[in-house]
Amino acid sequence: MKIAIASGKGGTGKTTLSTNLAALIAESEEVVLADLDVEEPNSGLFFKAETVHEEINVKAIPYWDESKCTLCGICARVCNFHAIIRLGPSIVVFPELCHSCYACSELCPEAALPIIQKRTGILSEFQTGNLHFIESRLDIGEEQAVPAIAKTKKFAAQKYSGVRITLFDSPPGTSCPVMETVRDADFVLLVTEPTPFGLHDLSLAVDTVRVFEKTIGVVINRYGTGNDDVAEYCRREQIPVLARIPDSRRIAELYSAGKLIYKEIPEIRNILEGILDAITEITEGGG
Amino acid sequence: MKEIVVISGKGGTGKTSVTASFSYLGGSSVVTADCDVDAADLHLLLKPDFGYSEDFYSGEISSKDQPGCIRCGKCADVCRFDAITVKNGIYRIDPLRCEGCGYCARICPPKAIINKERKAGKWHISHIRTGGKMVHARLGIGADNSGKLVAKVKNEARELALEERAEYVIVDGSPGVGCPVVSSLSGANFVVLVTEPSVSGLHDLIRVYELVKKFHIKAGCIINKADINPGQHQKIMDFLAEEGIPHLADLPYDERFTKAIIEGKTIIEISTGNLEDRLTKCWEKVRRLTN
Repeated sequence: MKIAIASGKGGTGKTTLSTNLAALIAESEEVVLADLDVEEPNSGLFFKAETVHEEINVKAIPYWDESKCTLCGICARVCNFHAIIRLGPSIVVFPELCHSCYACSELCPEAALPIIQKRTGILSEFQTGNLHFIESRLDIGEEQAVPAIAKTKKFAAQKYSGVRITLFDSPPGTSCPVMETVRDADFVLLVTEPTPFGLHDLSLAVDTVRVFEKTIGVVINRYGTGNDDVAEYCRREQIPVLARIPDSRRIAELYSAGKLIYKEIPEIRNILEGILDAITEITEGGG
Repeated sequence: MKEIVVISGKGGTGKTSVTASFSYLGGSSVVTADCDVDAADLHLLLKPDFGYSEDFYSGEISSKDQPGCIRCGKCADVCRFDAITVKNGIYRIDPLRCEGCGYCARICPPKAIINKERKAGKWHISHIRTGGKMVHARLGIGADNSGKLVAKVKNEARELALEERAEYVIVDGSPGVGCPVVSSLSGANFVVLVTEPSVSGLHDLIRVYELVKKFHIKAGCIINKADINPGQHQKIMDFLAEEGIPHLADLPYDERFTKAIIEGKTIIEISTGNLEDRLTKCWEKVRRLTN
């Protein structure tokens, strides 16, 4: 089962929930945690784990072979992303704009634009006990998160097909990186906080996730601060609230130090177990 | 006219609360731009009137004219995004997977695929109670191209600032280091980095500052929730010293941030004394460093 932990708004507790759930599950069985926030991957800060594998992430871009080119300009005309242009007697490629559709390369009558692989970042895998942790991080200056997210999911699925639970720590927001993260999840856990910001971004995230007809559950973090509008929204939308994590300076302090909170606060362990039980019940009960 | 961008790398550090405070303090000398287009929240504090609205189109999407299809399957063969599926001999394009490259339409022998402009969201120009104006947007559900919508919001804000003879454009950026952040940084005069003293806050600050350096933009840093972890606070101060980044302010872990959000106000409006004072001084510093 693939569980995506997402939120809309940043800083609501996605990484806290992902890392604590993963560590808790790892106490009794193997588990995979994939940090898909490839722009700012943070989950790894919460584990002391050994690196077991590293590989370069790449994207396909065209390479101009000047010796074959007749400067016909077809490549520039077929690129919808303005990623390749003719500039006087040269063809110029803008790798950061390229979507790797291969149209320029395959429609070039002279085969003067072979595809090459350009580095965009690095995928790393770590292990500690039962926990397999995989992250990708974009090189600074690389703009496209989606291919790295897709690659990381694929790596996890192929290597750990036998593991019962895989957790995805999602990037914030509601646009393409989040869509790619939740696309093939079996369950989406949305973490929010009981404020107008939390509610607004939760409702956007719900709309996004519903495009894929996913089963959703909500966790209200920092419960006790703010107001009841998030709970009211969930009631209206018939989205189960799986847990309320109390607002606490102690939790904020533990998080700030890179510690797993459930190990220090027994109440949190019960809450996390409750979340896992609820997800099992919902997914096995036919959603 | 100078452009000030507020970013953080990590989400939830208080970018929007800081931006709204600066916007309030700057009053009519400021045009405010919300460039966190895929989870825009600034409007919840500044309550814009949505005075002017326009649809935003960006990129293309392919769609199929079924009667014209000869079921040759070439479209599915060339699509690198697995956006074309075949079921019972019928080829369909999944709009959620289509990147709009148009390759399928170009090679379809009977020309049964057409590319259409894709509606990606809406953008607005509003009056706000600070006396200034605000440009903001909302990305459509499932829409791509948030970087382009960010660029649109910024360009409109710049034009508006020139028209209104405003001194500053203040930009609320998005989390991360990817395409929307790159778009919000381009052309900026000063970057306000908002961070928090946590392992994640520092990690993300270091990454996003690496990006800022690539653009050669001057930056300053606000440490929010400054008292939550003295050790991490010191690490951030060390990083700032090492990189020569001015420390703009420490803001305490304070429930008034949440209170302001609940009331739909800026911190300046609900807090007298300490917090207001710190933010006012911070805004003065930002102005001095920007000019």
